[in-house]
Amino acid sequence: MSKLAAQIKDTAASVRTKIQRRSKPTLAFPLRSLSNVNYHPKQGFFQLKGKKKVRTLTVGTVKTFAQTLRMMSQAKTLVEDDEIMTKREAYYVSKNWQDARFDEQPESDTVIDDIEALFQVNREQLGFIPEEKGGEVAGKLVVIDRDSETGKELHIDCTKFGSGAYSIPISIEHLKFETKAKFVLAIETAGMFQRLVKHNYWRKANCILISMGGVPTRACRRFIRRLADELKLPVYAFVDCDPYGMFNIYRTLKVGSGNAAHINRYFCVPKASFLGVTPQDIIDYKLPTHPLKEVDIKRARDALKNDPFVQHYKPWQDSIRQLLEMGVRAEQQAFAVHDLNYVIEHYLPEKLAATKKFLP
Amino acid sequence: MSVSRHAAMPSGPIPTYDEGAEFMGKARNKLVKSKTKAAKKVKKKRSVTKKVEPKLVKATKKPAEETSAKKNVPHHSTAEEMASRQREISVAEFFTKNRHLLGFDNPRKALLTTIKEGVDNSLDACEEAGILPEVKVVIAPGKEEDRFIVTIEDNGPGILKKQIPKIFAKLLYGSKFHRLKMSRGQQGIGISAAGMYGQLTTGKPISIISKTSRNKPAHHYDLEIDTKRNEPRIIVDETVDWPIERGTKVEIELEAKFQKGRQSVEEYLEQTAIANPHVLLRFLTPDGETKTYARASKELPVETKEIKPHPFGVELGVLIKMLHDTKARTLQSFLHSEFSRVSSSVARAICEKAKVSERSRPTRIARQEADNLFKAINQTKIMNPRTDCLSPIGEELIQAGLKKQIEADFYTSVTRPPSVYRGNPFQIEAGLAYGGSLPAEGLARVLRYANRVPLLYQQSACAMTRSVLNTAWRNYALSQSAGALPSGPLVIIIHMASVWVPFTSESKEAVAHYPEIIKEVRLALQECGRRLAVFIRRRRKAAESQRKKDYIQQYIPHIAIALREMLELSERQETTIVKQLTDLLERSHS
Repeated sequence: MSKLAAQIKDTAASVRTKIQRRSKPTLAFPLRSLSNVNYHPKQGFFQLKGKKKVRTLTVGTVKTFAQTLRMMSQAKTLVEDDEIMTKREAYYVSKNWQDARFDEQPESDTVIDDIEALFQVNREQLGFIPEEKGGEVAGKLVVIDRDSETGKELHIDCTKFGSGAYSIPISIEHLKFETKAKFVLAIETAGMFQRLVKHNYWRKANCILISMGGVPTRACRRFIRRLADELKLPVYAFVDCDPYGMFNIYRTLKVGSGNAAHINRYFCVPKASFLGVTPQDIIDYKLPTHPLKEVDIKRARDALKNDPFVQHYKPWQDSIRQLLEMGVRAEQQAFAVHDLNYVIEHYLPEKLAATKKFLP
Repeated sequence: MSVSRHAAMPSGPIPTYDEGAEFMGKARNKLVKSKTKAAKKVKKKRSVTKKVEPKLVKATKKPAEETSAKKNVPHHSTAEEMASRQREISVAEFFTKNRHLLGFDNPRKALLTTIKEGVDNSLDACEEAGILPEVKVVIAPGKEEDRFIVTIEDNGPGILKKQIPKIFAKLLYGSKFHRLKMSRGQQGIGISAAGMYGQLTTGKPISIISKTSRNKPAHHYDLEIDTKRNEPRIIVDETVDWPIERGTKVEIELEAKFQKGRQSVEEYLEQTAIANPHVLLRFLTPDGETKTYARASKELPVETKEIKPHPFGVELGVLIKMLHDTKARTLQSFLHSEFSRVSSSVARAICEKAKVSERSRPTRIARQEADNLFKAINQTKIMNPRTDCLSPIGEELIQAGLKKQIEADFYTSVTRPPSVYRGNPFQIEAGLAYGGSLPAEGLARVLRYANRVPLLYQQSACAMTRSVLNTAWRNYALSQSAGALPSGPLVIIIHMASVWVPFTSESKEAVAHYPEIIKEVRLALQECGRRLAVFIRRRRKAAESQRKKDYIQQYIPHIAIALREMLELSERQETTIVKQLTDLLERSHS
């Protein structure tokens, strides 16, 4: 029996023992929120502080308790059979559980996240895989995968996708890499990625381009992390200049999230730094702007107040204050105001000339 | 004050009816109705009133006043000319013109009023004779459209042959006017008015059969009322064979409209059955349907005692009339003998306050110092009237009545101790029926009664309704919008028993807003409400714990299944876990 299966069995046994002793069984989950993480630049990612949410079996919690245990049993089966199940599939499997079934997928996703946190593993290890796409790659990278039927190695050259790109798979631990690139450029929007791919920017800058498509998925973060660790490449993030781009996208890429703090150690890129767009860039490049929305302002203030990462870096606090003072935001595609390829010809080269000045 | 009810009584021309002890109920009915009519007459036909009721003190000056008023009219009449136009109007003629005053406003209400008068008379007669009432009401369609033949038959004591014409075909027939006694007879108008209405709308006489004992024959009369003279006109007078022990059957053909639902005959009978559980009612509808309102109790209401008026309940006009009529020679003995709760010493105190001699003659006081005496009475401290003259339905019988007609989950009732308003003793009872077959949506239904008679009209004008509205039902686990009746599956029943029920108007459909009455009703409702709240809360708690139990039962098996799967347990072990968990959670309160 695998270590994980044994762990699940132990937890189940402790629940049963409590029941036999006529006391209410409990399950203790690490609290998954920003308030329960701290940040040390040495480790480079958000770590759990140890606050726990204890779920005691009562009349009020009996349904969730039953669902958690049934999902745990499901995970144990997956682990033992070396099988996988998407989160959507897990939701459908629960439809066999009569009264204990989930009505909506977010409910089952939460229970899966709880179990993941309970055993301090990532859900892929439990056999649950996400539906989401991992992100796209173009540029100077060869990915070495295996043919699932023959087991033969496949060398995938990411320069050979033309106007397309390589898709990061959901599970990436088995991949190997070869590259001669100098750095990785992680891009927020597919639109900017397309422009850079079309003009073979990777060749010009000798880099790997990765489209994150908003907040990077776990697979995407893990993929970039391995590139950074194993190939010793610097990672630069190029996102919109707004609180969402800075803290939901960049911060999650670099140090992980509060919600998934128990697995941040694998799923973040501590070496990443912030290329742009910075508030100062808006001024320097005379970018067209939009006023900050209320939700932006709230997010920015929240980051100043509650985000351990921001609290650790003065330059970030300064940038947020600057942004709040300006009261505007700018998108990475705003450079088109000068010229469609202005970003390739001027902005990126100028920024990359001084990587030391990037925000941490 | 000028139309004070007793002062306005046409005592003179009304024949007395004292020997009919076995039919006092009917007699009483007449008394009450006479009050209304006489009062109206004084108001509207002053010049006539003078002649009809020559004894009326207040009316004596009226002709002179009217004469002077008429001088402003362009055509001047002499007193002689006017005298030639002034003639007597019979009460019957008056009511022919003003039938709305009697509850015969429209064909629908006419049908209800007719039946109500008949049934109330029957019940009063039976109870006074100590007979458990059995009343049968039949409404048969007449030959012509909009006509119905109403029959009310009882097992009462019957009526002496010679009394039948006067009772059924003469208005204002009775003599027991001065007695204060709790009785049904406050409904406005007697059966003779119903007969007159029938005669007026169909031209058909009222038909009566009555039998007083097994050995005697039954008499059958067909009677018309001579509206000019207010005298019965006998159409048929015969002896018939009627195979029952005793009883009375009244048949009236009238223009009417038969309807179901609110304020219908059926509603009246149903509500009568609730407040009179000792009555057996049968009802045959025009559609041929038979409805039986069964008897729920064999206990007759306690016979009520007659009391003398309390000084605080007497108005000036009445006082003057009493001073005139008394046989007492001195004022002190007048006060002592004609009123309740006036001892010799209290009488002396009143005389002192009025600054009149206690030995003065009452008739002299009536002319000169009645005003002072009246004020003195109201300034003197006098004990409340006796309250043993009331006969409430009783808590048990209210519930029995409710249970008989309303299928509910919870019943309660409260009989308040007697209280007094303006010198009149009264007693309030209230009851609730909740849940069961009652509609869960909508407002509560309020059943109002005065001396066991249901009040179907003018709910919103009634003091009882006011009290229901003013009670904070939310404190009793019910919902209630501001200024509205409570809502939910609820029936509220309120009964006022009194020697004199203060109705707001001649139509006798709503009780006047005396603070004492409103307060007593509220206290009764609050007590009922507290008991209802206990019931509702207990039931909610039970439902809550059942829901909790069901909820637990829903999910516990899944915990056991999951544990069996993970720990590879046997089915027996799984069952044990279910049992242990059920114990564990049901014991807990959260």
